[in-house]
Amino acid sequence: MSDSIAIELCDVVKRFGDVVAVDHVNLQIRDGEFFSLLGPSGCGKTSTLRMIAGFELPTAGSILIHGREMGITPPHLRPVNTVFQSYALFPHMTVAQNVAFGLEMRKTPKAEIARQVKEALELVRLSGLEDRRPRQLSGGQQQRVALARALVNHPEVLLLDEPLGALDQKLRKEMQLELKSLQARVGITFVFVTHDQEEALTMSDRIAVMNKGKLLQVGTPTEIYERPNCRFVADFIGETNFIDGVVIGRDGNYTVLETPEGLRLRGLAARPLSDGTAVTYSIRPEKVRLLAPNGELPPNGLAGTVMTVNYIGSDTRITVRINDQRTIDIWEQNTRSTLDRDEYWQPGEAAVIVCPPDNALVLSE
Amino acid sequence: MATIQQQQQRRDRIRLALLLTPGLLWLLLFFALPLVIIFLYSFMTNDALGRVVYEPTLNNYITIFTQSLYVNAYWRSIWTSVLTTVICLLIGYPLAVFIARSPQQWRMPLLMLILIPFWTNFLVRIYAWQIILANNGIINSFLEIIGIGRLTLLNTEGATLIGLIYGELPFMVLPLYAAIDRFDFTLMEAAADLGANKVQAFLRIMLPMTMPGIVAGSVLVFIPTLGQFVVSELLGGAKVDYLGNLIQRLFLRANPINWPLGSAMAVLMMLVLLVLIMMYFRVTSEEER
Repeated sequence: MSDSIAIELCDVVKRFGDVVAVDHVNLQIRDGEFFSLLGPSGCGKTSTLRMIAGFELPTAGSILIHGREMGITPPHLRPVNTVFQSYALFPHMTVAQNVAFGLEMRKTPKAEIARQVKEALELVRLSGLEDRRPRQLSGGQQQRVALARALVNHPEVLLLDEPLGALDQKLRKEMQLELKSLQARVGITFVFVTHDQEEALTMSDRIAVMNKGKLLQVGTPTEIYERPNCRFVADFIGETNFIDGVVIGRDGNYTVLETPEGLRLRGLAARPLSDGTAVTYSIRPEKVRLLAPNGELPPNGLAGTVMTVNYIGSDTRITVRINDQRTIDIWEQNTRSTLDRDEYWQPGEAAVIVCPPDNALVLSE
Repeated sequence: MATIQQQQQRRDRIRLALLLTPGLLWLLLFFALPLVIIFLYSFMTNDALGRVVYEPTLNNYITIFTQSLYVNAYWRSIWTSVLTTVICLLIGYPLAVFIARSPQQWRMPLLMLILIPFWTNFLVRIYAWQIILANNGIINSFLEIIGIGRLTLLNTEGATLIGLIYGELPFMVLPLYAAIDRFDFTLMEAAADLGANKVQAFLRIMLPMTMPGIVAGSVLVFIPTLGQFVVSELLGGAKVDYLGNLIQRLFLRANPINWPLGSAMAVLMMLVLLVLIMMYFRVTSEEER
């Protein structure tokens, strides 16, 4: 991965009638990066991808590919290729003809086309299926043909529009890993659109989270998961406990907030917040610790009662009631077989939960 | 004792026979039988009074192949039908694309607009074209106003062509619409994405994929056009003979009428159709491959 920029979006806006699909998006995607656009349906991620491909033109702003302003350049003249959600394979052509299409359009010599098609099909492990028609292939195979058809053109950037959406869960996981390793091998910049946060976390070098046309946060999977910059990102990526409150002061590195019922909690804020700011306290269930009560409450500790204990194999999910309005979810990893344990949390038991302030976030909207 | 399966098969056969008999009888009586009669008549002799004499002969076919009147009628009809089909295709394809790409709620109304003319009798509509094309008709009045002056439009082969295109266009548009409506336009984006310009994408992707509609529309337009006689008589002024006019005349108005010769012309016309359509299917299905 180098530091040069493959794609740059400058203040890009896309309106469809009265609807603002993409709202002043600024974004830089680096060369060789596996970059994901993540968000719920209708968040503008697909519109953004389609503007890079040239199927839609921005209402305002500009898109640069390797420094070249795309303007109104039509799709067939852009140095990018797309893997479509529906694959969009040409049903009247064989696998080999599908893959050869882009090369033929660029007037590549026949022998060269044959060689490159063979190579591309080997790359996606489809050798031997050259003469099949798309409808004779499974979903996963069609997916690979779509990949080969795009990659054979050696695009500067490969755009992927929810390419794994139509596959079943198991195949999906396989393809995630395969796509990732494929990207590493070919070294082409991938821009990957998905609404599946787990998929984005697994595959991406960096993720851009979008909602309602706006770009909310750009960062590595770890940054996005551990340091979400707003409530939406914290909520959309993974599971989390939210507690609403207002800022009442600072304690060293930590910001202190108070809930309406008077609980005081400390956590990290992305930026200094003045007293009285409405905020949301966010802590991931696996970051919360559960202790037996021994008189005094530890710092950032809350007393509560165990409500439910659900064993799900890799971890146990416990819900603790803090007061009439609030429960906190806690995931404890089963590092030891529960069968070997003498005792474990039982519903109705008193407990103390601790939110380590370094793992808790104070989010302003 | 028959097994259950045998009993069931027997019952199914009886049901099938009952269901198919009316249709088969109808086709046999009103389609196959007349065809056989026409075929047999084409080898008979005509007497001076226009009566069919049951003397086998090849003279009817020899007449058709040796007299320019008949040979020309075949060429003229084939050429006009090809021209009508091609022009209908060139007009109909963009029209069908336009309808198929319209917002969902507009498609049915637009298709209705194509179909509405059928609510009026074809002859009436062709008479309406006489009014449009006449020497003092709508077009000529307009041409005079803008200073071009009157042109002879009615009773020309051009008028025949216009009438034919007008009459056959819906038969081209409907199957084309059906094919284009099924076409996934994402494929055009995929083609563009892979470096194809609009023309290349159309020729390589859309055209082959909508070929079944093109074939169906062409066949539906070509067949009736080859045998038509109304349009060339009402708009073309019956100045030149098309196949349909000749056959109609030989059967009804010639002096004497000549059913054997008319039958031979009809048989040959069917043969021409058969050969042309088979050639067409071969060419288009190759293109699809």
